Amino acid sequence: MRRWLLPALLLGTLIGAWQLAASSGVIAEALSLEDFLVPSPSEIASSLWENRSLLGENAWVTLREIVFGLGCALVAGLGFAVVMYRWVTIRDATYPLIVASQTIPIMVVAPILVVWFGFGIGPKLVIVALVCFFPITVSTISGLGSADPEAIKLMRSLDASRWQIFRRVEVPTALPSAFIGTRIAVVLAPIAALFGEQAGSSAGLGHLIIQDNAQLEVAREFATVFVLAAIALVLMGLVALAERRIVNWR
Amino acid sequence: MSVRALGHAYGELRTIECLDLEVEPHGVVGLVGPSGCGKSTLLELICGLLEPSTGTVQVGGGAAPSERLSRSAYMPQRDLLLPWYSAIDNAALALRNRGLGKAEARRQASGLFERFGLAGFERTAPAELSGGMRQRVAFLRTLVSGKPVLALDEPFAALDAITRAEMQEWLARALRADPRTVVLVTHDVEEALYLCDRVAVLSARPARIVAELRVPAPRLEDRDAAVTDPAFVAVRERALRALHEGSR
Repeated sequence: MRRWLLPALLLGTLIGAWQLAASSGVIAEALSLEDFLVPSPSEIASSLWENRSLLGENAWVTLREIVFGLGCALVAGLGFAVVMYRWVTIRDATYPLIVASQTIPIMVVAPILVVWFGFGIGPKLVIVALVCFFPITVSTISGLGSADPEAIKLMRSLDASRWQIFRRVEVPTALPSAFIGTRIAVVLAPIAALFGEQAGSSAGLGHLIIQDNAQLEVAREFATVFVLAAIALVLMGLVALAERRIVNWR
Repeated sequence: MSVRALGHAYGELRTIECLDLEVEPHGVVGLVGPSGCGKSTLLELICGLLEPSTGTVQVGGGAAPSERLSRSAYMPQRDLLLPWYSAIDNAALALRNRGLGKAEARRQASGLFERFGLAGFERTAPAELSGGMRQRVAFLRTLVSGKPVLALDEPFAALDAITRAEMQEWLARALRADPRTVVLVTHDVEEALYLCDRVAVLSARPARIVAELRVPAPRLEDRDAAVTDPAFVAVRERALRALHEGSR
């Protein structure tokens, strides 16, 4: 109860203060701006309602990019972690390169991918997957390596094959860390999708933000941010739910 | 089970030197010695989890690591129950590893749960079991593997004195019901003398046997009577003296 009540109270207070400041024109005056450039929460809410079909269509585009991109990152990240864990040579060869690749800013890569793959969903998937791959792979690998050597010894004495040790000891040990990586990935995925869309797109929430910015549709811009945040929160909730179901021994 | 002129070293560190030990089928032999003397290493050598530097280890007439692995089961110091499996699935691990289906493995292990006072706890998660219960499940896991030789590494070291005494009686009963060849490592002389037919006292590292004691009437039903019997007390004194000298 307390866990929910306190943040809810704080949020309510902040929104109330914003409403007062914006509707009385204090902020606009202080920044010497026109009133419509500083929308109040109630104006944002009505913009959200009036533009619901436009926001819905674009949110659907972005949601697909996020979910499919995350899916690709999960498959590739988990698969690669297992391969790197089983074959030390591959790990030694690739791990430093993977770490080094993280220094390349995604803002630079995104426009190049748009040039190569066009305005469709393709480059966004690649960008989301590229961003999400790293936390998933790194956390899974460290999880696999943290299996108790005594437990592995015990399994050998109980006639376990290499594969059975992997499946019954190493994989369950790695699951909590793999979920930590996935949670980080879920936070990064919407940002990555937005970068992808801003580099070049014909639809999506990122596309909408660019247009609204140019047309000074500030209220709708805030509404778009709200939708994006809602998507991210729902995805985080789903991951937490999956974690509680799968890692049910903690 | 026989160990001949066994030596083992981790690099420069010699853990075991020229050690001979023979255990007849269904014999229960205790190994006591100062801590860090290589007792656990000896068990791992017996079970085929480690290879000797010199000498041989034979289990059921076979010296190859695969033969030793298949004929002996190792019970480590910590219970090491896997938290993602229920008590019965932990106990049935060896059966599952041999390719049995989940239902069949559970069915085979459940008989032992009844016999060893764990009925009703089959589906309980390891974290919800008491220390003594966890140790029982860990021992059943070793027993269910069906191997002729059991290597037990300080199985009750982590328990409080009262639970430990209960568990010793429980283990004595279990071994009467289902006799196996047992090598029991412990730092508790009384435990070794109560549970074993024979006790070997090891020296400080590198480990070798400094004394071998036969136990007059091993595994009496009543532990309290057994450990206060004058003959028992006399052997206990000899064991303690040998231990003292060996650790010098």
